[in-house]
Amino acid sequence: MKKFTNISSQAVPIPMEDIDTDQIIPARFLKSTSRAGFGANLFRDWRYDQNDQPKKDFVLNNDTYSGSILVCGKNFGCGSSREHAAWALGDYGFRVVVSSFFADIFKNNALNNGLLPITVSQEQLHTIFKIIESDAAATFDVSLINQKFTCPSEQLTIDFSIDPFKKTCLLEGMDTIDFLISKRETIREFESRHLVY
Amino acid sequence: MNQTIFDKIWDRHVVEKIDDKQVILYIDQHFIHEVTSPQAFEGLRKRKVSVFNKERTLGTADHNVPTLNQDQPIKDPLSKKQVDQLTNNCEEFDVKLYDLVHPKQGIVHVIGPEQGLTRPGMTIVCGDSHTSTHGAFGCIAFGIGTSEVEQVLASQSVLQVKPKQMRININGTLYPGVGAKDVILYIISKLGVGGATGHFVEYAGSTIENMSMEGRMTVCNMSIEMGARGGLIAPDKKTIDYLSTRKDKVKDWELSTEYWNGLKTDSTASFDAEYNFDAAKIAPMITYGTNPGMGIKIDQSIPELSGESFEKSLNYMGLAPGQNLLNMPIDYVFIGSCTNSRIEDLREVAQFVKGKKKAKDVFVFVVPGSQEVSRQAKEEGLDKILEEAGFEMRGAGCSACLGMNEDKIPAGKYCVSTSNRNFEGRQGPGARTLLVSPLTAAAAAIAGKIVDVRKVEMA
Repeated sequence: MKKFTNISSQAVPIPMEDIDTDQIIPARFLKSTSRAGFGANLFRDWRYDQNDQPKKDFVLNNDTYSGSILVCGKNFGCGSSREHAAWALGDYGFRVVVSSFFADIFKNNALNNGLLPITVSQEQLHTIFKIIESDAAATFDVSLINQKFTCPSEQLTIDFSIDPFKKTCLLEGMDTIDFLISKRETIREFESRHLVY
Repeated sequence: MNQTIFDKIWDRHVVEKIDDKQVILYIDQHFIHEVTSPQAFEGLRKRKVSVFNKERTLGTADHNVPTLNQDQPIKDPLSKKQVDQLTNNCEEFDVKLYDLVHPKQGIVHVIGPEQGLTRPGMTIVCGDSHTSTHGAFGCIAFGIGTSEVEQVLASQSVLQVKPKQMRININGTLYPGVGAKDVILYIISKLGVGGATGHFVEYAGSTIENMSMEGRMTVCNMSIEMGARGGLIAPDKKTIDYLSTRKDKVKDWELSTEYWNGLKTDSTASFDAEYNFDAAKIAPMITYGTNPGMGIKIDQSIPELSGESFEKSLNYMGLAPGQNLLNMPIDYVFIGSCTNSRIEDLREVAQFVKGKKKAKDVFVFVVPGSQEVSRQAKEEGLDKILEEAGFEMRGAGCSACLGMNEDKIPAGKYCVSTSNRNFEGRQGPGARTLLVSPLTAAAAAIAGKIVDVRKVEMA
């Protein structure tokens, strides 16, 4: 996993709530056996019509908005456990997703792929949407080490929380699978005395 | 002690605490399928590691398989590649697989319990959010992503943070025509699609106690639809009776039953959240929107709400605030999915439609949850009853629940479905899904429109 470094970027707003992983990447695009290339179909049915033409009113087709920070309505990533949703967001170029709350499985999947989910309050989320609405070029800074999400031009500073272990993983680019492999002996010892009824 | 069932099972599976929150949690049973496992096997290959405990993983092909001509090679080249990849991976890593032609193949959450692999007190994971289904047996079962699938393959463990806990009590007797699916759709409509996020739910109360194992699986299955990490129900005599026909999977039956009988939440245990529902207030349910929380009693009207998400949803569905869905014509009826494709569901549908015919303009298809369910249905003559009613019987798989295979609903068409998700495009691009119980689906198939099953003459 790549190390997570500080980010300074514009943000892309999707104020919709309860965005499920079927919208992020529809099931018919899950047939690939690799992790690459899912970005092309990110938000496929919101982004393209049935003739594969870009839908002009969707934010990803609007040149005004760009950047590696996605800001979405509450309960982002609900539904299916497909990690392809995190892969698609990362492959498209997003490094951070901001929402007022995330579905549990999506949050884990994002963190396991170097995509940082930042949880803010409903009020803060509203403020962020307002800032982007009035100035699409507004720049936001993300410092994981200081756990701060800021918009210097608007004097906005938000402290966010993150599990310390996950923070270390992101900052050091540490892989949880390698970590567990290093624990195999301890797990084997546990297993030898563990009863499964 | 002040422990919940969840605490008791969790504690028995903690290998090591990493910090205040993260633990290494040992997994007793791991299920894999073709869609969320290939990248995990690829990871093992790159790291040059073997599967840590191959006895504790079982594979099956379900999400991306055809439901017609299952004995023929899969036509869609991408689907074929993915299913073949599962076979190759299981061979290479020596993992047991129920492939498409195996007599025990089926939807992963149907075959686990069916084969006696799902038992009280276990930890169970699968790269699929509906893994919560297995909680009906009093175990901790939850969906994981592909990186976590790789964690389990590589170490038989996952890194987890203990979730908060919620108890949902449902007491009283359900009215005729109201079933387990209505109970869970009702609860989700009250708590909302994110109402249980961050929590693991224990379902309790007399309504749950009186439910069959199949009904309990339906309830636990949809826990994820209100955001819950999983749902579970304390094991009781019904659980043990169900398992008694699958004793071969249990090493020491006496010891196991003794442990299972003691798996209860202590009376002094507390929960982070608790809700109470009255069974008598639950009616046949139907969803009108594009998430499972957008449900109403079948005779109620769509609420008059506002907001961008609500408007987008109703616009997609071609429905209006204040509209009543009764008598609305429908195009498709899908009976299947890990929520409602078990033998009890098929029996209920067959009993209702016996001697009746489906409406002329409606296409009705029944996809059993497993080949075992399919065989049982044939043995009981249910397939004949359903076919005589004009229902098409298919082979086992996830099918139109997620439309990964050919079983898609065309854009703009209404599908009354016993599955679990009504998200935009879930059953195919532009498809409009109305989630209901098997009984309400059967009634809609016969009438060709949405009907209140309580007002239809029961067979």
